[in-house]
Amino acid sequence: MVVEDLVVSYGDLRAVDHASFTASHGEVTVILGPNGAGKTSTIEVCEGFRVASAGNVSVAGLDPIRDHAQLTRKMGVMLQGSGVYPSSRVHEIVRLYVDLYDKGASAAALVDQVGLGHRRGHSWKRLSGGEQQRLSLALALAAVPEVAFLDEPTAGVDVSGRQDIRRIVADLAATGCAVVLATHELDEAERIADRIVIFHHGRVVANGTLAELRAGNDGLRFSSSPALDDRELARHLGAEVTRGADGHFVVSADPTPSLVARLSQWLADHSLPLNDLRTSETLEAIFQRIVDSIGDGR
Amino acid sequence: MKQWRAQTLAELRLLARNGEQLLLTIGIPVLLLVFFSVVDVLPTGEGDAIDFLLPGVLAIALMSTAMVSLGIATGFERSYGVLKRLGATPLGRPRLIAAKVASVVSVQVFQFVVLAIIAALLGWSASDMNIAALLIGFLFGTASFVGIGLLLAGTLRGEINLAAQNGLYLLMLLLSGMIIDADSMPAALNSLATALPSGALATIFRTATGHSSDALAGPTMVLIAWSAAALTLTGRNFSWSPSDSRR
Repeated sequence: MVVEDLVVSYGDLRAVDHASFTASHGEVTVILGPNGAGKTSTIEVCEGFRVASAGNVSVAGLDPIRDHAQLTRKMGVMLQGSGVYPSSRVHEIVRLYVDLYDKGASAAALVDQVGLGHRRGHSWKRLSGGEQQRLSLALALAAVPEVAFLDEPTAGVDVSGRQDIRRIVADLAATGCAVVLATHELDEAERIADRIVIFHHGRVVANGTLAELRAGNDGLRFSSSPALDDRELARHLGAEVTRGADGHFVVSADPTPSLVARLSQWLADHSLPLNDLRTSETLEAIFQRIVDSIGDGR
Repeated sequence: MKQWRAQTLAELRLLARNGEQLLLTIGIPVLLLVFFSVVDVLPTGEGDAIDFLLPGVLAIALMSTAMVSLGIATGFERSYGVLKRLGATPLGRPRLIAAKVASVVSVQVFQFVVLAIIAALLGWSASDMNIAALLIGFLFGTASFVGIGLLLAGTLRGEINLAAQNGLYLLMLLLSGMIIDADSMPAALNSLATALPSGALATIFRTATGHSSDALAGPTMVLIAWSAAALTLTGRNFSWSPSDSRR
């Protein structure tokens, strides 16, 4: 899937501002950004639900608007809000979508795969929020898709549900499907993404694998007492130590086991605590760093 | 074909499970037919009340299914995102509409059979039936009311659509000579009744059930005009989701 210089405007508001990125088969591409960053508008253009104001979009080699009928045979979709009539029953609606796509999926197997086997006869309105998300995911899987668009698939889902959904999404990508997943949850994105496209105020401000986004920002991250003397620690370790907020510190050096051992020993000698030790930047930190570096993004 | 059949069955299943819709499409017409043919309180003109009531009630039944029931369900589907979600499947809009029309026609056939049986039990005789008039009324009546129902469903928000469909139903029921003889109403209302699709349909069905031998050309032209106007406006203005920029 290729998005090139995409612009989506609603009157004076520019929801998507010259965005470009690609998503490949067999990978989970996460579109990440706060609410209102332009994620859903971008996905809706790719699904053929929304007309782009400018730019080019190609999904599985097809134009989402002009070739929409062909695209629907290759595309699995999970909308924000399931798009299911409240009195529809689980097994009936999955069966309907299996018939509509007619790609040989088994309705019973899909219901089991998303963990709704015990809710087969229940109507949509009697499902919990997390179960409704699972059902919506089953409808996307009914397409046996080459490309799948999942908009906030873990919204309102509990911890075990999230694990299930991550597993199903990973399995889907393993079949060769290009999975495009929008979320505003950094933790979720970090766990699930092969590639991350960060949206901010409608613009793509970063795009790459986690390792690529971290590049040049390696280091050992930890938190301890704010009273820690970072200059003395820097002298001891022979590396730059940067103080962040709330007792967070970054040691700018290759996070080898030897560095970890020396840090740990120094903290023990000074009777200081060691919390949240990480050898890589969290996605949250990456996101904050990127957003800070571009000001307010305009 | 498989997609169309699956969607038609899904439409019928949802309809059969919806109590309000069943009350509207089956309960109210049966109640009107039985109550007013047994209790003589309406100006039903000369002759047996059942002969006057049956064509009007058939017209009400057709209107309740093609306009109100279809329109309310489609309006809620639009606001729940059901239409949008189906739009991402290979079903396609023409087959979705064909499935909705098929489910409407199936319900209407069922309504007509039930109402004809009840009318026969109440003394109506099918011997003077005019099948051609029945088919003309059925075809253009369905087209008119499907057009009006979908126009409201595809342009108004869910709750407003619900109120509009019910309000329109009540207005047409009272003003169109369907159960109250239009000749007993003031002249202005009488002419309004002949111009409304409900009034035209009741007139055609009166010929169809053998109650009158009024000319069919006038009311048929009225229905064709309503069908053309409503379906054209629907084609131009129907939006598949309240936030749709594509139509």
